[in-house]
Amino acid sequence: MAQCKELYEAILDGDAKKAHAVTQAAIAAGTEPMTLIAESMVPAMDEVGRLFEQEEYFVPELLLAGRAMKSAMELLRPLLVASGQKMSAKVVIGTVKGDLHDIGKNIVASMLEGSGFDVVDLGTDVAPEKFVAAVTEQEPQVVCMSALLTVTMPAMKTTIDALKSAGVRTRVKVLIGGAPVTLQYAKEIGADGYSENAGGAVDLVRGLLAETK
Amino acid sequence: MIKTEPAIRKYSELAIPNADLLLYGVCPHPLHCGLGLTIGGGAVFPEVNFTLPPMNMTDETWPEVVAHYEQMAEQILRRAASLAVPGIVLEFELLPPMTERPEWGAELTALLKRHLRAYYEKRHLAAALRVTPTDIRDQLKPPLMRTGQPWERLKRSLELCAEAGADILSIESIGGKEVHDQALMFGDFRGIVFALGVLAPRDMFWLWGEIGDICGRHPGVVAGGDSACGFANTAMQLAHQKMLPEVLAAVVRAMSGVRSLAAFERGAVGPSKDCAYEGPVIKAITGYPISMEGKSASCAHFSPLGNIAAAMCDLWSNESVQNVRLLSGNAPEVFTELLAYDCRLMNTAAATEGGALRLRDWMTVSDEWMSPQAAVLSPAATIKIATAIVGADTPYHQTIAAGRAAVEILKDGIAQAKLHLSRKEQQWLTRIDEALDGLPQDEAALMRDLEAQYGSLYDKASYGF
Repeated sequence: MAQCKELYEAILDGDAKKAHAVTQAAIAAGTEPMTLIAESMVPAMDEVGRLFEQEEYFVPELLLAGRAMKSAMELLRPLLVASGQKMSAKVVIGTVKGDLHDIGKNIVASMLEGSGFDVVDLGTDVAPEKFVAAVTEQEPQVVCMSALLTVTMPAMKTTIDALKSAGVRTRVKVLIGGAPVTLQYAKEIGADGYSENAGGAVDLVRGLLAETK
Repeated sequence: MIKTEPAIRKYSELAIPNADLLLYGVCPHPLHCGLGLTIGGGAVFPEVNFTLPPMNMTDETWPEVVAHYEQMAEQILRRAASLAVPGIVLEFELLPPMTERPEWGAELTALLKRHLRAYYEKRHLAAALRVTPTDIRDQLKPPLMRTGQPWERLKRSLELCAEAGADILSIESIGGKEVHDQALMFGDFRGIVFALGVLAPRDMFWLWGEIGDICGRHPGVVAGGDSACGFANTAMQLAHQKMLPEVLAAVVRAMSGVRSLAAFERGAVGPSKDCAYEGPVIKAITGYPISMEGKSASCAHFSPLGNIAAAMCDLWSNESVQNVRLLSGNAPEVFTELLAYDCRLMNTAAATEGGALRLRDWMTVSDEWMSPQAAVLSPAATIKIATAIVGADTPYHQTIAAGRAAVEILKDGIAQAKLHLSRKEQQWLTRIDEALDGLPQDEAALMRDLEAQYGSLYDKASYGF
């Protein structure tokens, strides 16, 4: 189908305007939303991921592709909801209390979004109670926390403890990352996973969600 | 209408016009500061930077925090004295809670100065204390740079640290970063230029006016300099992780020299910050001393600049290391020893006829064409970029000129088969070159063009608009 191919290429080129226009035309022509997702968007993002892995794409190309996919998804989402289709998994992400660094967190958020996850970004300096509220209200499957400072790392444990105290810890997988963070630290504080880079974080989220199915 | 904030000092020519005169340990305007220390007057000294291991910082843990700093200061100075280091700078980079509560930062400043004074008096160790509060002004979205509680606390932190014994005040300021972060991640070169060439210099002019005023009220305290850490070092680290093109990070580095120069146009006298790899450009333009970091800062982060970074330094730093135990002692004293030997070698070479130039060239050549980041940091490249900057009239035009100079240096390196880049990197270099050509002549036009994309990210009043 020509429109599927056009949408695939628009996403690969990171052309959000074109992706939006092609999707609009496809919907008007009666193409099923799931057809566009399965035949254009998922293969396009898989190819983007492959090119990134092979160092053919840098983050800018990756993010632009994600933005193009999002522009198409904005049109498809209401149709999917109306038809009762199940939406993608939700991830809540934030930099922990006391820490204002957000570039690493933003990359992970964008890559998760580009990989099809529904991402709720709580921003920086996020208090434990705010993570708890987000888990309660947004009902995500995954919580991702970032810290760049040795003195803000302990806030990751405080947040996990707050999730336990609120009785919602078992509802979510908790992943942590950031320059001073280690796998050992993740184990010590009871996180479910750790990644040293953004690409690894996406794989980790996928893997943990696959385990829970 | 864009208001223009006047700079105090406009550099129209280079203080060091010849690459062969751009050497480590010497500069036209050596800085006399602290306890008998002269920086840039013929010798390179270690600048040791240190931080806490992972721990909470609360009222309850504060005595433990103080104990860490007591231990680090004593161990660093003991090791420096045992190695007969002729002079030393300690850098105290405040952690965010220490800036949030200015009294905490001031207490540790006084503690460190007490240790330095004791070694100066008993062991004749010339020394200075650089204090660098955290720029905490980005707490709100969009950040408020000139008003509000974060700025008031930062200002109080600078004041109290000056009172408590700081000899040099520095900061890694973040004006423009709220736009730069997004532009960088999307590879949007126009946004990058707007952040680095319009927003950042405006904040720098204002902020360093404030810091200059504080220094003026505290005799003996000098305005050191800034760092484009949040801009160019972020780009360098992301390029190292293959997330951004190396050529983009290198061009960002060159362009960042303009915003860091603004501190000196507002009265800073050096030494510029250690993580400011744009420092050599500042030194060439202003003639003031600089601090640099390279191979002996690998405790803190990767860089492809291990040797070349030392080629023009006046202080040699380890960037930051946690107070954790290693076999020969705690990490801060261990890195003091590394820096001490690095400096001793440089100073020994400098004491021989032509030795400084020879060692500088070895340090340069060993790294120069191994990465785009190093290619724009050689003494020759430094002079080209610095010349381009002083030849332009406004920070916006200077930023574009620095970018063009960096692109030309990289293209020359490729043409001469010295710099080897992947096809993808070369495509990005072409893209950057074209983007530079496509920038409007007038910064107000660029601002208008980018309003829809970035206008909501920054507070216009914070930049004097």
